[in-house]
This record gives sequence, C-alpha cells and structure tokens, in this order.
Amino acid sequence: MSRIFIAGIGAVSPAGWNVAALRDALDKNEPLPVQTLARPGWETPLRARLVPNPPTRPEFLAHPRLRRSSPITHYAAAAALEAVAGLRANAAAKKFRLGVVACLQSGCVQYSCRFYDETLKNPATASPLVFPETVYAAPTSHVAALLENVTLACSLVGDASAFLQGVALAAGWLAEKRVDACLVIGAEETNWIIADALRHLDRPAIMAAGAGALCLCRDEKLFAGVELAAITDAHTFSTGQSRAQAAQAMRHQLGSNSAGELLADGDGDSPRAGAAERAAWRDWTGARVSPKKILGEGMMAAAAWQCVTACDALAGGRFAAANVSLVGSNQQAIGARFVASGIPA
Amino acid sequence: MLFPRTNLPVVPPRVVITGAGVVTALGLGWKSNAAGFRAGRRAFRPVSQFDVSRQRVKTAAEVDLPDSLPPSRLNRRQLDRLDRAAKMLVLAAQEAWQQAGWQISGENIENLPLVLGTTAGGMLLGEAYYRQAIQQPSRFRQQATRAVQYQPQVQARMVFDALGCSGPITIISNACASGANAIGHAWDLIRGGQADRVMAGGYDALGELVFSGFDSLQALSPTICRPFDAQRDGLALGEGAAIVNLETLESARRRGAEILGELVGYGTAIDQHHLTQPHPHGTTTLAVMKQACANAGVTPDQVDYVNAHGTGTVLNDSSEALAISEWAGRRAATLPVSSTKASIGHLLGGAGAVEAVICLMTLREQWLPPQTIFETPDPACKFPIVKQARDARVNVVLSNSFGFGGVNAALVFRRWT
Repeated sequence: MSRIFIAGIGAVSPAGWNVAALRDALDKNEPLPVQTLARPGWETPLRARLVPNPPTRPEFLAHPRLRRSSPITHYAAAAALEAVAGLRANAAAKKFRLGVVACLQSGCVQYSCRFYDETLKNPATASPLVFPETVYAAPTSHVAALLENVTLACSLVGDASAFLQGVALAAGWLAEKRVDACLVIGAEETNWIIADALRHLDRPAIMAAGAGALCLCRDEKLFAGVELAAITDAHTFSTGQSRAQAAQAMRHQLGSNSAGELLADGDGDSPRAGAAERAAWRDWTGARVSPKKILGEGMMAAAAWQCVTACDALAGGRFAAANVSLVGSNQQAIGARFVASGIPA
Repeated sequence: MLFPRTNLPVVPPRVVITGAGVVTALGLGWKSNAAGFRAGRRAFRPVSQFDVSRQRVKTAAEVDLPDSLPPSRLNRRQLDRLDRAAKMLVLAAQEAWQQAGWQISGENIENLPLVLGTTAGGMLLGEAYYRQAIQQPSRFRQQATRAVQYQPQVQARMVFDALGCSGPITIISNACASGANAIGHAWDLIRGGQADRVMAGGYDALGELVFSGFDSLQALSPTICRPFDAQRDGLALGEGAAIVNLETLESARRRGAEILGELVGYGTAIDQHHLTQPHPHGTTTLAVMKQACANAGVTPDQVDYVNAHGTGTVLNDSSEALAISEWAGRRAATLPVSSTKASIGHLLGGAGAVEAVICLMTLREQWLPPQTIFETPDPACKFPIVKQARDARVNVVLSNSFGFGGVNAALVFRRWT
C-alpha cells in the first residue's frame, strides 16, 4: 500500500476564507458571533454562523463556469484552490492528473429551495439557470472545471463521517495510480430551511457553512509535513450497533491515549448529539480541539475543518500525531490518524 | 481499516453477480421487466404524483407500487416512514437478496458494504418539508421525521434493516451516472480485497422539483422520447430502482450459487466541458468505454450489445453516437445498440443500475431489448438501433451512463455459462 501524504490544506469557514483564519479562531477558543436567518412567516429568527464576505472578490468567480454557481461551490472552490496552491506552484506537478472527491450532507440547498419555490409559484417561469445548480454533483463539476487537470471525480453524500470515506476513496485512487494527487473537499451552505431542520433535530446546535479541503498525494517530495496514518472502518449505526457502540469501536481502532497528541473531535453545542463521542473519548488526556464549538454545526464542512485543523497543527510542529473523530448524525462513526512525517517510515 | 488497506489480493478476484432486483414502470421484478422489454412496451402515462397542469410536458413513466411491501424485518413505524423512493429501493433489494440466496451470519451480519447511487434520495420528503414549512400558521408535525428520512444514508439503512444486516454505506451522487458508478465502486471494493460481497445499485423517484427542472430546461420531450433519432426532441423521465448482489467468483462457487453474469470492466472519468452538456465529440465517453474494455480485456469486436445512455436529447445522443461509432470502428456497422430509456424513461440516479440489470437479462436470456419508436437515424449513428426485441447470441455487453456535472461511466458484463 502506498504511503499517502498531505500536500496541502484549505478552509472556508465562518472565521474567514483561509486556513489562517480558521486557525486564529480556534486558537482564540471563543465561539464566533451568531447571525440570524429570517424564516418566512416567523417573527423569531433562526440562528446560524455564516461565512463572511471575502475581503476581495475571489478571482475564481470570473471563471465562466462559476458565474451562476451557488455559495457552496464558492466555498468548495476557495478551499480547493488553497489546498492545491503548493502543488500548482511546483513545476514537478504541472502535469499531474488530479482527482476530486467532494463530500456533502445537505448539498446545494439554497438553489434547491429557490427553484422549488419558483416551481410551486409557477413552474412555467421556474429558472432553467438555477436547476442544474441544485444537483449534488454541481460543486464537484465546477471545481473540476476550475482546476482543469482533473481526470476523475466523485460526489459522496452522507453524514459528516462520510468525509473520511472520501479520504479513503482518494487514498485508494492514489494507491492504484489512477490519479497523481487528489483533493477531498467537504462543503455545505446554509439557509433558513436547513437551520429550521437542525432546530427540529438538535435544538442547541447552531448551523454553519463553509468548506475544508485536503490535497493528498503519493509523492513524498510534495508533502507538507503530514502523512495519513490510518482511517478506521466505517462503523455503521444499526439495530445491532448503537451510535455509542459505533463510536467506541472507532475509538478502539484508533488506539490508546498518548500524551503529546491532538484530538480533533466533533463535539459541539449539543449535549445529546455529542454524548456518544464524548463517552468514547472520555479517557483522552492529550490536547483536544473542537472546531464545532467555535464555528458551529457545519456538517460535512465541519468534518473537513476537523481534518484540516489536525493537519495544520501537525504541519506547524505543534504535535507529533493527531486523531480525528467523526461520529455522524445518522450513518456511522469513522476516525482517522495523521502523523507529522519526516518521510522515512 | 479503510486505510491502510490490508489483504490486498495479488491477483484481483473475478466478480460475479448472483442477485438482481429491479423496479421500473414496466413492473416490479426481473420477470415483469423482461417481459415488458421483450414485448416492446412503453410505460409512459400522465403524471399522477403531482400537479403538472402548468408544466410543458405532462407524462412520465411512473411505477405502480404495491399497497404493501413484501414481509421484511421493517417494523410498522419504519414502513410508515418510507417514501416512494425508499419503497422502490427496498423492493429491489429484497428481490436481489432473495435471488442471490445470501445467508448472512456471524461477523458478516455487520459487515456487508452497500453502495448506492442516487440524485435525489428522499427528495419527496424534502419537498413535503418545504411545503409545510412555508404554510401559515406553522405546523411542525412530522417535520423532524422528514428531515431525517430524506437523507439517502438513512434510506440505505432501511435496506439493511429490511434484510437484517448492516455494513458500510457509500452514497454516490454523480447525477445520472450514479447507479453505474455505485456498481463500479462495488467492483473496485471486491477486486481490491476490501469485501467478498457487496450490494450495489441505484434509485430515484419521480419528484416535482426534478420534473420541473428538466421541463424548465426544455429537456423533456413534448412528443415521444426517441433516442438517436434525427427527429428526437428530448428525454422522458421515469422512476425506479435496481440492486445487484456482487461477490467473488470463489464465494459464488463455494455456495453453488446461480450466476447471472460477470462484471468484467468499469471505466469512469469526468468531462469538464459544461455542467449540463457533454463534449460535442464525446471524448470522455470514448475514454471510459475504452477504459472499461481494457479492464475487461475485450475489444469492440467482442461486444455483442451496447445499452446506450441515450437520453433522447439532441446533445447527449449526438455526442454519444460519435463516441460509440469511433470506439467501435468497423464493428459499428453491425453492433446492436439501444436505449431502454425509450421504454421506461430516464431514471436518473437509478438509470445506470437498472440498465445494468437489463444487461444481465440480455446475457441470461439471450435477447436484445428494443427501442420501438425509431425512424430516422441521427447521422452520427454508424450503428444499427435494435428496433424490435429479438433473440440473439449475447456474450459481452457494455452499458453507458453519464451525468450532469460530467461524470461518465461504462460497465462491461460477460455472460456466465
């Protein structure tokens, strides 16, 4: 099996449009301010943490494919470009065949709601420009067009834990030499209906939007100081395996507690939703970072932020190893381990 | 562990299909679908699931679901929560499971991978959620259930609960290539030594948002869906599901299973030309057909039938026709091709999986499925279209699937004798 290295990371979050903004927000360890979303027919607004406007208009928005795209595509594209920046600057990687795996839970909800609303009002005037942007595959397609040298792409849907399935899929493509480098993106956008749904399912949670991206490669010359060490099995919730048991099984596969290591967990504002994961990691004595507590419930984007945060901490020399724990809302628990790498195994 | 992978086989195992379940507007199950195709039936009728009075097109291929599902391990509460898409999915999975005769026990009970392709999952529940959310006064009844059940991974768990097993769930949403990609991914899992058995397939139900979307694009045919015909004017939507049970040849032989066919090749790539339009020269389609055949170790001369993506839109069919013609070369003049979407409509995320099962039917029963409405070939078609169902010697078949966003996929199946 090939060794897999992290060649770059990228992030868009309520903290801003790059990894540095994400890092700063997490270092401050204070929950970001909450904005409100108007819900039609309701006086009480819904709560969310939205992505701020970028300081300057991103250049990629001039690409013809992105003119009418939705915010989820903008987030995914910005995170992707940040993650591949190092690769693109390297002459040795100019002719790389790139893969893209985009992972989504809610997907393109803004245009879906808009188009369905138009349909209900009068299908004869529903916009044909909006409909194609409603499909799960749209952000993947746009990112592939933007990066140009993408040969293989896949959109995965699932709860937040599916992000690590995406990383495993990318690692497989790399091992089989189907691609030379592979981006794995987790992205979400939000609007009132997603915040409304979350209110029904997990009242204390605050919806968030954004994206995170990892660029994986086989070539050790391109790595950015971090290596993928392990991804656990997918421990599916079922009648025979509760969420708590699945989380325990994931924890068991990631190994024992070790001082000097980091845990990037998925704990957020919800006592109930986070109970299984907290129980699984109750004996953890190492450092811990919980991006959702600062940024909000970003679903697939939050899973990506956890991985980006882990890799960023390793690349910065702050830890020797980092575990990422993803206990999804309704599918499975999966964990991963990244290590700071000096290359020789 | 998903990474690093262990148990990598030195030689990838052969992958066979021992179970297949299918639900389309032609009927529930293999037999009724095979009979429908052999009779050249077309399953379109006025849409009854939602109001189409203000739509440009008013027909689609709707599935007649039974009043109740066959007995399964789902309890009453779970059954009540299934939407149309999930019901079709569970029906297809039950048929495939029964046909394969899989007995899951011991450690396997929690470790059977399920790979599904879908474009919309439980979108009907999402639509219901939205309609209720904008009503005044506000009503919250069933909204939480809808918010959970519309998610495709939850529908996948219903399949497991119905069958009494569990395992890793992968949901692929590469638009209309999803079903083929799901089966291709299952093939990869088995050949990579990650599983001995995998269930895979695709599903989508007809919904108002998607119907309106294709209608707004004027992609729906206001007349009759006629793939590859020079007079074609659009696609027709359908709905349905298909599931196949894949396993290593060794596993199937060990238990003396009846083998429906062998999956021998898979190719996939992305066409970056446009979000909704294929490259006019079909370059990516050509590439995935070549890739799938190279994996299979077959040449176009050895392929006996192509189940085309063939949506009936002007752009898809001319692009695909060019690709098939170039890929097949001299063989094109005698290579039977048809698009079964002319009979059952475009099943979107379910299309690739349903068409895979149709390919298995042709291999198993030695006949070719027709496109009964076809008059004037598009000039790009250098191949004959199968206009009437007919018996034929069929050893190797290829199925094409392409999606919005540009993902193309091709699967190659071989007859098992």
